[in-house]
This record gives sequence, C-alpha cells and structure tokens, in this order.
Amino acid sequence: MRIELIRRPERSSAMSLLSPIIAIVLTVITGFFIFLAIGVDPLEALYIYFIEPLTAWWTVEALLIKAAPIILIAIGLSLCYRSNNWNIGAEGQLVAGAIAGSVFPILVPEWNGPLVLPVMLLMGIAGGMLYGAIPALLKIRFGTNEILTSLMLVYVAQLFLDWLARGPWRNPEGYNFPDSREFDGWQVLPVVFGDDVRLNAIFVLIAVAVAWFVLSRTITGFQISVLGQAPRAAAFAGFSQKRMVLMTFLISGGLAGLAGICEVAGPIEMLRTSVSPGYGFTAIIVAFLGRLNPVGILFAGLLLALSYIGGEGIQIVLGVSDQITRVFQGMLLFFVLTCDTFIFYRVRFVSTRRSAAAEATP
Amino acid sequence: MGTQPNPAGDDFSKRLEGVATLSAHGITKDFGALRANDSVDFSIMPGEIHALLGENGAGKSTLVKMLYGVLQPTAGEIRWKGKPAVILNPAAARRLGIGMVFQHFSLFDALTVAENIALAIEGAGAMSQLRDRITKVSAEYGLPLNPDSVVADLSVGQRQRVEIVRCLLQEPQLIIMDEPTSVLTPQEADDLFVTLKRLASEGCSVLYISHRLEEVRAICHHATILRHGKVVAECDPKQETAARLASLMVGEEVRQLNPPEPVPDSAPVRIAVHGVSQPRPHPFAVALDNITLEVRGGEIVSIAGVAGNGQDEFFDVLSGEVLAASGTIEIDGNDCRRQGVNARRRLNAAFVPEERLGHGAVPRFKLSQNVVLTRNGTREGLVRTGVVNFLGARSIVGRVTEAFDVRKGTPDPEAAALSGGNLQKFVVGREYDRKPGVFVVSQPTWGVDAGAATTIRQALVDLARAGSAVLVISQDLDEILEISDRIAVISHGKLSTPRDASGITREEIGLLMTGVSDDGQGAAHAH
Repeated sequence: MRIELIRRPERSSAMSLLSPIIAIVLTVITGFFIFLAIGVDPLEALYIYFIEPLTAWWTVEALLIKAAPIILIAIGLSLCYRSNNWNIGAEGQLVAGAIAGSVFPILVPEWNGPLVLPVMLLMGIAGGMLYGAIPALLKIRFGTNEILTSLMLVYVAQLFLDWLARGPWRNPEGYNFPDSREFDGWQVLPVVFGDDVRLNAIFVLIAVAVAWFVLSRTITGFQISVLGQAPRAAAFAGFSQKRMVLMTFLISGGLAGLAGICEVAGPIEMLRTSVSPGYGFTAIIVAFLGRLNPVGILFAGLLLALSYIGGEGIQIVLGVSDQITRVFQGMLLFFVLTCDTFIFYRVRFVSTRRSAAAEATP
Repeated sequence: MGTQPNPAGDDFSKRLEGVATLSAHGITKDFGALRANDSVDFSIMPGEIHALLGENGAGKSTLVKMLYGVLQPTAGEIRWKGKPAVILNPAAARRLGIGMVFQHFSLFDALTVAENIALAIEGAGAMSQLRDRITKVSAEYGLPLNPDSVVADLSVGQRQRVEIVRCLLQEPQLIIMDEPTSVLTPQEADDLFVTLKRLASEGCSVLYISHRLEEVRAICHHATILRHGKVVAECDPKQETAARLASLMVGEEVRQLNPPEPVPDSAPVRIAVHGVSQPRPHPFAVALDNITLEVRGGEIVSIAGVAGNGQDEFFDVLSGEVLAASGTIEIDGNDCRRQGVNARRRLNAAFVPEERLGHGAVPRFKLSQNVVLTRNGTREGLVRTGVVNFLGARSIVGRVTEAFDVRKGTPDPEAAALSGGNLQKFVVGREYDRKPGVFVVSQPTWGVDAGAATTIRQALVDLARAGSAVLVISQDLDEILEISDRIAVISHGKLSTPRDASGITREEIGLLMTGVSDDGQGAAHAH
C-alpha cells in the first residue's frame, strides 16, 4: 500500500477550521499514552490537565491573566510574520516597554493622579516601538538579518533590566531585594472583571477586533499579505517593502511594550529583575497555532495558557513534573503544523497491487 | 494510433524497417485528477529526427520526462530497442544511451565549460583528457567550444552547445531536445539544424519537441502530434502544410486576427521614452543604454529580442517599479521618470509583466484580491479611506471573465488554480478593463494555448484601434509579425530604431537580435 499526497487546486476552507481541532484531538490521544507510560491514570491526568482548570473561577481567572499578554504580543507578531518580517525579539520589546513605562512611578513616585496610568501605558508602547525599530532600521539600512538582531536584543534588554532592578532603580526601603518600589493607587492597572482580571483583557479584545478589521478589510492588511507572499507582485502593486518592515516592527514592538507595562502595572505591581516567564517567545507559538489569524490567535492563546495552568495542576495533584507542559505544547505545535498540510493536500491511499491491475486494463 | 496521412510516402516505407530505438506503448500519466498523457503510443527509429508537436499543456513535457526517467508512468511500457525498459531516473536513462538537452539550461555560471561537463558525467576521467575530448567532439559536430571559457561569458546559443556537447560525450543513441530554438536567434537555430542532421546521418535518433511548425517541417522526418495528452495524428511533416499541422495541434481551424489599420502620422505620441539609461542592478542583469522610443495612439510597437537582453530591465523602468537613472519617460506629455507605478497608472497607463505568478498576480490570492493588486492606486473607488471594496473587485472579476472568456471552477478562485492561458487572459483583461491609453505588455502569450493567444492578441489590436498606444515586448517573432505596426529589436540593453513591420524580414530581425548592426559581434549575450 502507498500513501500519496495530492495537491488540492485551492486551499480547503473546511480543513483550515478542522485542522486545529484534529491537532488537539491527536494531542490528547498521544497524551493519554504518555500518561499511561509514566504510570498515572491517563483519564484522571487528562481531566486535571484540560478540564479541571475550567471548573473553578480562580483558575479561569489565572488562565485569562496568563493569556492576555501572550495574545497581545502574538497579534503584533502575526502582522510581522504575514509580511515576512521575522521578529523573534518580542520578549525584549516587552522588557523595553516595562522599563519605559516604569520611569514615572519609580523616578517620580509622588505623581499619583488619574493621568499617570495613561502616560505609563503610552510610554510602555513607545518603549517597545523604539526597541522594535532597531532591528527594522538595521534591516532597511544594512540588510541585516532581523531574526538575529531582534533575538540578540532580547538579552540586551533583559540584562539592562537586571542592572536597573539591582542598581539604580532598587527600592531603598526594600531590604536589599532586587525590586523597585511597589506601584500603588493610580499607577496600578485597575481590575475590570472578577477578582484579578485587569484592564489589559480589554486591550486584548480591542487588539483582536482591530487586527481582524485591518487584515481583512483595509489596504494596509492587503499590503501586508502581498509583501509576505509575493514581493515582486508587491512592487508591481506599488507597495513599499521598506516602509512595511518598519511599520510591522513598530506595531508588534508597541503591542509587546504594552503587554510589558501591563504586567508591571498589573499582576506584578513593581519592576523586578524578570518581568515575564517568556511570554514573548510563547507568543511565537501562539501566532502560528492561531495561523496568524487574530481570532485564531485568541483561541490559541487561551489554549496555551490552559496548558500552563494544567501543567501546574498536574504537578500539584499527581506529582508529575511540570515539564509535561512543554511536552504538550510541543506536541500541539507539531500536530498543528502536520495537520496544516491537509489544507493544501489531500491524502490518497493506493493499494499497490490492485491499482497496478486496474491501470493495466484502462 | 491516430490517422496516418500519406502512409505510402517515401519516408514511411523507409521508416518501417528495423527495430525502433525507443518505443512507447500505452503510456499513461495521471497527476491527481488530471490525465497528462492518455495511452500514448509512438516509436522513434534509428537516425530519425522525430518531432513531438503539441500546444502548451498537450503533455509533451510530461511524456519526455518519463522517457528520461524524471517521472514514472502510471501505466504502459517503454521499450528500448525492442526490449521492455524501466527507466527509474535520469542516470539510468543516460546508461541506456538517452541524452537530453533541457529548455532551461542546468549550468553553473561561475565554472568553465569543462568543469560543468565533468560535473555531469559519471567517471569523466582526468581533466586534461576531458578537455581534449570536448575540443574534438565539438569540432567534429560543428559546435565550436573552448573548454576553458567561463559559462557566464557565453551567449545563450553557446550555452546550449555546452549542453549538447555534454550529451554527445556520453555517446547517446537518442537525444531529446526540449524546445531548443526558443532561446536562439534564427541564425543560431540554423547552425543547430546542421548539427542535428549530421547526428541523424550517423544513426543517432533525435526526439525534437517544438511548437514551431516551420522548423519542424524543415528538419524532421516524422511527427507525432499530441492534443490533450493523446496522440491525435502521426505524419511526415514535410508532406503537410503548416496550417494543417496547426489545426491538428489545436483541433480546429485557427482563427485569424483582424489586422490593424495603418496609423496616420498625425496621431499623438502617447508614450515617449528619450535617452533612458540605467546601470545594471546586479552582475547578472543588463544595463540599459540610451533607449529612445515613441509610440503613437493607435499603433502597436513590438520589441523583439533574445531573452536576457534587457527586456525585463526595460519593462521595470517603463512600469516605474524601478526608476530610471537618466532620460525622460513621458506618458501623454507628463514626465513620470521619477514617479512610481501607481502614479503612472493614474496617467491611464497599464502594465502586464512577463511572469504571471508572483509578479502579475499573487498565486494564493483570489482573483478579486488580484484585481486590487494593480488597481489599488487608480482612484476608481476600490479603496476608500484605506478600506478595500472587495465587492467592487468581484464585479470587475465578473466583467473580465465575461469579456475574455476566463474559464474557472468557482466564481472567485485563487490565481494559482487557473490554467496558464486562463490566468494570462485574466491578467491582460484586468488591465484592458480600464481602457488604458498606454498599454505595455511583456510576453503577452508566453506559455498560452492558441485559443487564449488569439483572444489576447485581438484585445491588443482592439485597444490600439480605439486610440491607445500599445507596446509589446516579446520573444515570439510570429506574434510580433502578426500584430505589430512597427518593430524594434533590443540587444545588449540597446534598442534599434523601430521599423515598419511591412518592410522588415525575419532575417533582418535576426541580424538585429545578434547586435550585428551595432557592434559587429555575432553572439547575443544573455547576461
């Protein structure tokens, strides 16, 4: 027997929708056998991993809190990736945003009025944009590879933050802990929902809606897609490659910066040596898992947040290492990319013997 | 087998003697739902130049790839000298004694002739020996080649010689040539024919793939004609008229164009190019050298030339994708040398590039999105305050579909889902729909079936009649002679003075292509 992949004349819209669902099912089935192999009850483990986090309000909130920055960043990255600009440095832009947004609450702590939060947010966005502009300008001016420059700038930003938190911006009344002073009053992102879901959840919804509109309805979204798929056709359409490099890096940097300041002004409420457990990198997976589509990214971000929370839960209840989170995330990405093949190809099973006979008598 | 006109002809009786060098029996090849070859039978005799004729998409290339081991047949049998043979890969084909010269050369620009040949031949032996053999074989067959020349410095014709010599060194009994003259000037083609006749006289078989009927009639002993993947006829091409061969290929009488009318001198110049020069953007491109050309409303001016003599560079400068370094480009009197492609479109110019997929259209975009591609900056309401009116774009798709008979499965499919001819009709129709005053088209019917080609050429003629200036860049001399009022030739980035189409012969165009009138050199350099 032989398996053939046959190219479809056009992408299958049914498979575009089905492919992530099949991928999730396959992940769960494989997970079943992995749990079986490491000697825990697979059904119980799967329940704790995927279902239990959704049964209690506080875990749902935890999930939303984790998902918000990831989705926000992934939306920005999806614009970059669609236009063939490989911004891998969202983590660094997040840190830059966190630092820039913290300037006033740390250096001018006595300014505590209704205007301080909007200023912090705007400065966070500006910080991320400026940091994202560096690899963009290098690419435009010198043709450097933005994958390398944006990635390396992550470590620069992280080390700079480390130095700030341990050095000049350390809280003088903080018993030598490497933290800044705590933000308070107007400097903190307000809770809009439940006990802990803050304003950034609203930003996420706005970002998803705006990105969807821009990508599907506007000439800007059209330009992004053309430049990503056929640069030569883009020049023929009169679109500028260089302008788009800068624009997508500014947007994705700005959204990463916004996510950064929202972490600092939100759940953390201070500047620390580390402000993100790698949201900027997880967002890369989410962007692709959501197939660079804003609505897809919304669901993918929630799913990945679930895998974090579920991994923690399973560690607490069953004593399974939380490395299992990475296994599940890896499997999910693997299966999604595999199933994506079926958007452009269909499978045909050919029985070798029978087909040979059939073809001999046409 | 199909019909066999003149079965009693001299060549035929001679032909039936002996064992075929290669024969195909019931060869079928499926690509998914598409049947590219349907139970094809034919045979090539020793010492025969055998033409494989057919339109683009008739299945010629697929058939040949199976003979050379690049593809495997879905069903059927290939026999080599009467014995069944399974040709698993090109190396196996070469071991049998089958050589192939591809339409697109597979040579490394940076290496010498001898190095390129050494790379391709198994057990080529010592370099000095190989160089001697190259010199000997190339001299013997009238294909002069210096084994130490670097390929980048060779003309297209010389590169083809390298490929042929490479083939000959392996002492093949069958040489397959895929559209060998499509890249050659008429003079270079004549040299090739001498070589082919020489080979045939020595008993080597040649399978000659072409859709140029005149040359097939001139040199081939036998022809197999494919249509829609099936053998529809076999004949002796010398006994047939070109018109009859064409109708066998197309399956119907080829529709004739309504000829254009003469253009009065008083007609206004609509696009004027004066002294445009442009340094080469990269080492393998061609610099444009002081190009001057005017096209009046109502006329079709064609630019002939061998590929790679500056056509692409000139198109880019005309469309505004690349801004010319010096000179002037005026559209209806407006100097637009420093203006981009959309500014020129707003002056009512339209452009169709050579490459359909990836340049003229985005392959994975729907047709409606591809309408927006070239009409986003023309201020015709498709984009308002940054928002795209895809509904309007779809109605344009409908108009173009109707006017140009674009055949497609769904109302708005992706560009890549269309066949080459239908996509070309769409790409030309998309611009035609705007009734442009200046229309610049590169290779309007390249790789397109005869029906689509006629539709497109008729559209160019109609547009000119309605008062537009039409500038065609083409490598197809037949097409140029059919539709043009005036003809210029581009060679080494220089453009000859346009001449009236009625007063110019093929030979004169051929000489201009080689640049003889300009610098006395015989070779048309590709790069």
